[in-house]
Amino acid sequence: MKPAPFDYWTPESLEHALALKAEHGDAARWLAGGQSLLPAMNLRLARPGILIDLNPLSGLDGLTVGDAGVARIGALVRYRALERDAGIARHQTLLAEAVPHVAHPQIRNRGTLCGNLAHADPASELPAVMLALGARLQARSIRGERWIDAQDFFVDLFTTALAPDELLAAVELPAPPPRSGGAFLEVARRRGDYAMMAVAAVIELAPDGSCTAARLAYGNAGPSARRAPAAEQALVGRRIDDAALREAAALAERAVDPPGSVHASPAFQRHLAGVLTRRAVATAVARVS
Amino acid sequence: METRYVGAPVTRNEDARLLTGRALFIDDVKLGNLLHAAVLRSPLAHARIRAIDTSAARARAGVVGIFTAADLGAMCKPGPVVVRPPPLDGVTFNARTQMPLVKDTVRHVGEPIALVVATSRYVAEDALDDIEVDYEALPVAADLEASARADAPRVHDDLADNVAAHVRQTIGDYAAAARNAARIIKRRFSYDHGCSSPIETRGVVAAWDAKADRLTVWDTTQAPVFLRNGLAGVFGFSERQVRVVAPFIGGGFGPKIMMFYPEEILIPWAAIKLGRPVKWIEDRAEHFVATTHERGQIHDAEVALAADGRILGVKDVFLHDTGAYDPYGLTVPINSQCTLLGPYVVPTYDSTFTAVFTHKPIVTPYRGAGRQHGVFVIERLLDIGARELGLDRAEIRRRNFIPPDAFPYDNKIIYQDFAPLRYDSGNYAPLLDKLLDAIGYEKFVRTEQPALRAQGRHVGIGVVCYVEGTGIGPYEGAKVQVQTSGRVSLATGVGTQGQGHYTSFAQLVADRLGVAVGDVDVVTGDTDQFYWGAGTFASRGAVVAGNAVDQAAGLVRAKILRVAAEHFECAEVDLVLGDGAVAIAGVPERTITLAALAGIANPMRGAVALGTEPGLEATSYFGPPSGATANGAHAMIVEVDPETMMIKILKYVVAHDCGTVINPLIVAGQIQGGVAQGIGNAFYEQLVFDDQAQLLNGTLADYLLPTALEVPRLEQVDTVTPSPLNPLGIKGVGEAGAIPVGALFAQALEDALELPRRGIELNEIPLSPNRLWELARGEG
Amino acid sequence: MTAPKARSVTTTVNGVRATRTVETRLLLCDFLRHELDLTGTRVGCEHGACGACTVLLDGLPVRSCLTLAVQADGHAITTVEGLAASDGTLHPLQAAFRETHALQCGYCTAGILMTLVAFLAEHPTPNEAEVRAALSGNLCRCTGYQHMVDAVLLAAPRLAGK
Repeated sequence: MKPAPFDYWTPESLEHALALKAEHGDAARWLAGGQSLLPAMNLRLARPGILIDLNPLSGLDGLTVGDAGVARIGALVRYRALERDAGIARHQTLLAEAVPHVAHPQIRNRGTLCGNLAHADPASELPAVMLALGARLQARSIRGERWIDAQDFFVDLFTTALAPDELLAAVELPAPPPRSGGAFLEVARRRGDYAMMAVAAVIELAPDGSCTAARLAYGNAGPSARRAPAAEQALVGRRIDDAALREAAALAERAVDPPGSVHASPAFQRHLAGVLTRRAVATAVARVS
Repeated sequence: METRYVGAPVTRNEDARLLTGRALFIDDVKLGNLLHAAVLRSPLAHARIRAIDTSAARARAGVVGIFTAADLGAMCKPGPVVVRPPPLDGVTFNARTQMPLVKDTVRHVGEPIALVVATSRYVAEDALDDIEVDYEALPVAADLEASARADAPRVHDDLADNVAAHVRQTIGDYAAAARNAARIIKRRFSYDHGCSSPIETRGVVAAWDAKADRLTVWDTTQAPVFLRNGLAGVFGFSERQVRVVAPFIGGGFGPKIMMFYPEEILIPWAAIKLGRPVKWIEDRAEHFVATTHERGQIHDAEVALAADGRILGVKDVFLHDTGAYDPYGLTVPINSQCTLLGPYVVPTYDSTFTAVFTHKPIVTPYRGAGRQHGVFVIERLLDIGARELGLDRAEIRRRNFIPPDAFPYDNKIIYQDFAPLRYDSGNYAPLLDKLLDAIGYEKFVRTEQPALRAQGRHVGIGVVCYVEGTGIGPYEGAKVQVQTSGRVSLATGVGTQGQGHYTSFAQLVADRLGVAVGDVDVVTGDTDQFYWGAGTFASRGAVVAGNAVDQAAGLVRAKILRVAAEHFECAEVDLVLGDGAVAIAGVPERTITLAALAGIANPMRGAVALGTEPGLEATSYFGPPSGATANGAHAMIVEVDPETMMIKILKYVVAHDCGTVINPLIVAGQIQGGVAQGIGNAFYEQLVFDDQAQLLNGTLADYLLPTALEVPRLEQVDTVTPSPLNPLGIKGVGEAGAIPVGALFAQALEDALELPRRGIELNEIPLSPNRLWELARGEG
Repeated sequence: MTAPKARSVTTTVNGVRATRTVETRLLLCDFLRHELDLTGTRVGCEHGACGACTVLLDGLPVRSCLTLAVQADGHAITTVEGLAASDGTLHPLQAAFRETHALQCGYCTAGILMTLVAFLAEHPTPNEAEVRAALSGNLCRCTGYQHMVDAVLLAAPRLAGK
């Protein structure tokens, strides 16, 4: 289990890095945390001809959380930094709740949020979190920069909206809406494993307690992370009581299209989507502040 | 004899080296001019090889040699049968063993096709990618039951079917006993055991010294002496020309004993052929298909019970998956057959098994070695029987225990060591009582569980019992030597994979010779240091080698006293040993160190008496007449989330009796590690194959070893019933923790979810959240 | 301009500077073990699942099988060989491992020590649940973890009292 040979670049600047990527396109892979890429390379499931190592570059590890709660997370921000950032803990509680479920401490010391999202593993937790939060993702290339809504970013299995010359340079999380609450829940065989099912829920309530908006997003629920619009709609415009929870759960079971694995059949994954929807929405409602 | 150390929680001699990174493991062996090997393995489970093209690989820079079966010549022949079938009437046994490299037909994924030797492992793996093999895919026998049918694709063309073995053993007349039964419980059980997954994979390093005419092989084997003898036979050397060293080994648990793994032949062969040392270190992907598994059995079993719950007899017919070959004979299914009897009086028994060839990796013993399967069957039958007769689960077990005055207890069938299955000693009821006390069984069942259920919580309890045949023969030996430095060296032939032999054996010597444990240097697993032995398996290290060590140390003690008595011109009875010296009792100024005595015992000049042997040294061998039977019982309280089927173990207690304990710290560690593996087997680990016998979860990301979050804190209680079969009274403990955990999980989870009330039983292992969910919904 | 497949790497390992020219694909674990002969770091899975190869990179535990040697250029690494004092006195955590019998075969031990040394630096007074969570990225097949937890709880006050 040793990687096949590759060319290894340590670019002198972000511009240099983007130029290299523009020149080599899909033949080149970005190396950020490497915690998904290196295992695949050791198993020779991935054989990139060229690696462009972002780690030596400065300026990509910016992590800022504004007073209102808007978070900007650069390409080299590692999970470790997210876990320990006071602003994230205070304002981006859904992300803070999800990150400790990603692998183990050693992996989180190296792995990056942007790398995870660009890898677009359908079993990962974080794409679902991005959908629930309504994140925007910044793509950069020598052609310039553009912002992509999370909803449009995850296209298919290991496939994103990034062009071959683009880098996922940053993620922006909007400020949590007022009178909103969130919850992240997953069921995994062991802590740190990919979830058999994961759900990220954000609920907004009117002062009278009725639901004004709901975003429910699921990991390991299909070729890419997905929302459950019908389940969300079933919650909006009413008080979230037991009947609403059950209705949303039933709709969520239908919304997911889980692939099944050696650990869970699609039927069990659907069942878990329903259970977790009920629990996560109830928790999110209880957390509304 | 003072027993200052035996029985004490002595910290380990080997730890300082291990903790600071100085211990030599196989991949640390560094030799000049070393080459690195990689093995091309079949991606298909059953195929004919039409052609192999190695030309591109040969042309790659850094590649030194590429070998296929054609290059091996006469060396390419089936390996030996390590364990012959037991001498029973009417036994069918079709021996089919693996080749170093496949000649024409592949029989499991991972079977070796070609060997690449290169200047680095990286280049060797590059060259594997260059080799082109033209395979003709053939139909696959994957599923155990389907493979047993007459129309299944045959694993070995020269056999009429896939039957590897067929064995029946009986006690008395089961059919007659069944006619008198108040109740007959009949069920189908399936039990699947996984792979041992030591954190260190296997490895072989070989160096051929043409000038000395000697082959040295470092190998992660659990049986270095056997490997040395085998290699000498294969290469036509005398045993003295071969040295096998089993260095520090990163866990074994059984599969590191298989002889020969193909690489154990190929690497020495390549080293001789190329005239350069060669190293092969198995990687994790290889490990999942190239190292042996244990896997599954399907039992159709019944128990005939009297109205009071007494067992009148058991009948069992089972299938055993042996994989593509059966080099380890019938050890695993015989263990299942024998261990099923448990600590119980089973007056009649009719047990038949069929071992079946499948297109899967080879099955050999892995910690428990089939005992789990048998324990699961009898324990589940008793659980169901108790329920149907309205008896308490603990009570039905107590009523069936072999009484303490019935030992030695003859089960009248043959065990894996070919000796009659005779339990040497035991006292089962007091141990069960201790267990029930420790877990708080009565209180839990009567008050706590009803209260928890009233709160809507799903919490269950389980209680299971087992025996373990340990410490089987044939023999081990030990050589004890007092060095002129005053340190004591001890060499034995067993290999060690973390069991603490460097310490427990040293404790035995230290007590005999009056030295500190830290002054005893233990060498295990180097055939140049100790010539004879069988190996580390079947929970036998402490029992068999331990007694040999004790005997050898006793002989050295006698020699010390004799030499010292001559030196002081006094009687031996006046001498005392302690602090590394011998003194005349009551005359402390008349003292001589062992170091000085060792010098005296090896005079450079002068004459010695006729028959004098030099040195303070002795070698001794010990072979028990048959195995010592350890026993135990486990109990667990577990909570289940009935929606997600995630579990939480709230309390886990182990009660065990392994006779005399040399080192309670080491015994506790063995039990804890065994239980952890048992928990993995019960709820996390399963080798999942598709219908083409492709392993679907061959990584440590998908084959789920328990972590610190899945394994609970254990409580341990014990009783001590010494074995009369060896002077120290030891019974083995290596496998005990792992054996009953599957049965315990099934009972406790069933109880937590109140499944029997809905007519649902958990009659299979491993379970998982998904499987529990299916079963609880009635999807058998 | 092309990127070479070999590069010079200069690292500081256990306080000692070392420079080697290596293939760019060489894994950090292989660099430590076979280039620098620091074989105390063990390799168990090479896909980041077992934790045996954990070392400290600039003070933080990382999988050395999921890091390229070239990525260590200019960085500081600590391996298990760097834990004990130069006179051989065991690190308090190593000593606690010995006292509580927290290792059996010893193969996973180096990675676990490196993980826990960093954990204790950040969490000087952990409880059992925190210790188990910190251990969850390291697989041990021998011990069942209980004695390791005991070792950490024994070592923590000793380290804090230093």
